[in-house]
Amino acid sequence: MSNHPPKITATHVNVWYGAKKAIDDVSIDIDQDSVTALIGPSGCGKSTFLRTLNRMNDTVANARVQGDIRLDGEDIYSPDMDVVQLRARVGMVFQKPNPFPKSIYENVAYGPRIHGLASSRSELEGIVQTSLKRAGLWEEVKDRLSDSGTALSGGQQQRLCIARAIAVDPEVILMDEPCSALDPIATAKIEELIHALKGRYAIAIVTHNMQQAARVSQRTAFFHLGQLVEYGATTEIFTNPREERTRDYITGRYG
Amino acid sequence: MTGPALLLLLAGLAFVGWLSARARAVAFRAPKRRFSSLPGHHAWYVALWTILPPLAFLGVWSLVSPALVTDAVLATPAAAQLPPPGFERASILSEARELAQGDAFGAFQPLARALEPAYAAAQARYDWIATAVALLLALAGGGWAYTRVRPGFAARTRTERIVMGLLLAASLVAIMTTIGIVVSLIWEAGRFFARVPAADFLFGTHWSPQVIDPRDPGASLGALPLFWGTFFIGAVIAMAVALPFGLMSAIYLTQYATPRVRSWVKPMLEVLAGVPTVVYGYFAALTVAPYVRDFAVGIGVETASSESALVAGSVMGIMIIPFISSLADDALAAVPASMRDGSLAMGATPSETISRVLLPAALPGVVGGVLLAVSRAIGETMIVVMAASGVANLTLNPFESTTTVTRQIVDLLTGEAEFDSPKTLAAFALGLTLFVITFLLNMIALSVVRRYREAYE
Repeated sequence: MSNHPPKITATHVNVWYGAKKAIDDVSIDIDQDSVTALIGPSGCGKSTFLRTLNRMNDTVANARVQGDIRLDGEDIYSPDMDVVQLRARVGMVFQKPNPFPKSIYENVAYGPRIHGLASSRSELEGIVQTSLKRAGLWEEVKDRLSDSGTALSGGQQQRLCIARAIAVDPEVILMDEPCSALDPIATAKIEELIHALKGRYAIAIVTHNMQQAARVSQRTAFFHLGQLVEYGATTEIFTNPREERTRDYITGRYG
Repeated sequence: MTGPALLLLLAGLAFVGWLSARARAVAFRAPKRRFSSLPGHHAWYVALWTILPPLAFLGVWSLVSPALVTDAVLATPAAAQLPPPGFERASILSEARELAQGDAFGAFQPLARALEPAYAAAQARYDWIATAVALLLALAGGGWAYTRVRPGFAARTRTERIVMGLLLAASLVAIMTTIGIVVSLIWEAGRFFARVPAADFLFGTHWSPQVIDPRDPGASLGALPLFWGTFFIGAVIAMAVALPFGLMSAIYLTQYATPRVRSWVKPMLEVLAGVPTVVYGYFAALTVAPYVRDFAVGIGVETASSESALVAGSVMGIMIIPFISSLADDALAAVPASMRDGSLAMGATPSETISRVLLPAALPGVVGGVLLAVSRAIGETMIVVMAASGVANLTLNPFESTTTVTRQIVDLLTGEAEFDSPKTLAAFALGLTLFVITFLLNMIALSVVRRYREAYE
């Protein structure tokens, strides 16, 4: 555990899709310096919960969020909160790589451009280069920045999406099963990248893959049927879970 | 035997075939045995074999029998007095035929009356032959099929094959019609271009088909002003109206409207697509035209016409709005939702997301849609017949009168027209040009749309 106050505090969060309750009274703190993994069987609400943290659930027509979620102590669901600013501070990487149908350069430059982060062309080029380097993609694409982002391999596309998220200099990065569409080698690269990014950004990652959670995270939250069953240090959860349900899931009884 | 009675008789025979085949198939059914075909399949197999051969024969017969009848008439002694082949001879023969069929009550030409008995006799003879052959074919086909009704016979797959043949024939009808239209267009246009040089027609700037100098018809049949007018009204003015409104309503409907709003705005927009073009036509001519003319005069355009390009073009644009909107709607909906989410998650506003990600991604689809809309607009006839002028005018001023290709085709072919003059044949040349242009536009549009679809699948 770090000594900082948590980056994000979520308390008593409930989410409904229409009449169906998807998240039931979940409270979690996300630390600044660690990677937090959200695990659980399909449909347990882990992705839904992740999407409440940057208010992406707002784009779902009948979704309703209740509870208190604070970023650095600021209520992100308060009427004063600017969603555009929030999402610039809390970036997101999706399950399926979704580069825009633009060049590699333009994909990364997209965020800095809309938020006006660069005052000159060379500054923008600098941001693009730094972001691609941090995402571990620079060496592979530096000679073909004007090629289409959609022409890259799946793993490269996902790292491009991470570079795109990094380019707006977020404080938190949310990853929604970022490796589920990738092969093992590409997955290993993304996991290395998560290690490298840890500390600079607070990271929350939803994953289906328990080994992945064990490899990349310091803290793990186990969700089941919309509830948070157990939350603690990853080593604890995987070696000595307190709850029966957690143990059953970890040992492969269901899921 | 007359047509309907014969058809009824054939249907009756088919029904008898159906019943007897069914009865036979039911008879050899045994418990605990599986047959490849049920009694119904055998029944249909026999019924189809009973009715299809005579129908096919009658179809062909209806094409060749008039010639056979005429040949028979020409072989009679009365035909010796006929004038040599030509217009007069054809008119006497057709009059005699009408008399024989009871469609005409009196004859202008005495010779036609003389030929009437010969016609009636020949007609009756050939009708009798047709009836006999049709019934024979029905009995032969049905009988042969009936002998095949046996336990091991796969009537099910045979029937399936016959049905497939019928469906194929149905689709061939549309294709053959298209080919027929193209051939006749090319044929008639060819006759036109034999008299008027193509260069005069395509690039000439003087169009006045009412006054044609027989020695140099090309001089007053320069269609360039028509092509320009068509392009100006259909592709420039109509699109200037339809594109922004159609695109913006598509963006609103796909990106902003709640499902509730969408569920009633979209049908309302589709009502616009269901309005008959003739209604648009008088809306343009009676409602919009005076208003636009007064406005133009008000701002100092003295030459403003009440048949201006602007009126026809803008009303055409309104007509096209639902077309553009629904195609743009499709194109935007085809952009994966993950693109939109990706952009929104970067902190882009909805309008930034639309202008920087969704529209560029949907652009090929939108462009394809616009090309399709242009090809529709330049082929549109009723609005320009009612609201545009009949006088060709090479102008850039939207308040002045202009005419279009479709409008001129209507003018050239209505009223008294001899189908042998450059004036009338010009309509076919115009039609061919229009056809080629819209055909090319459709091809380009479809290939653009298709290539774009592949990108996301």
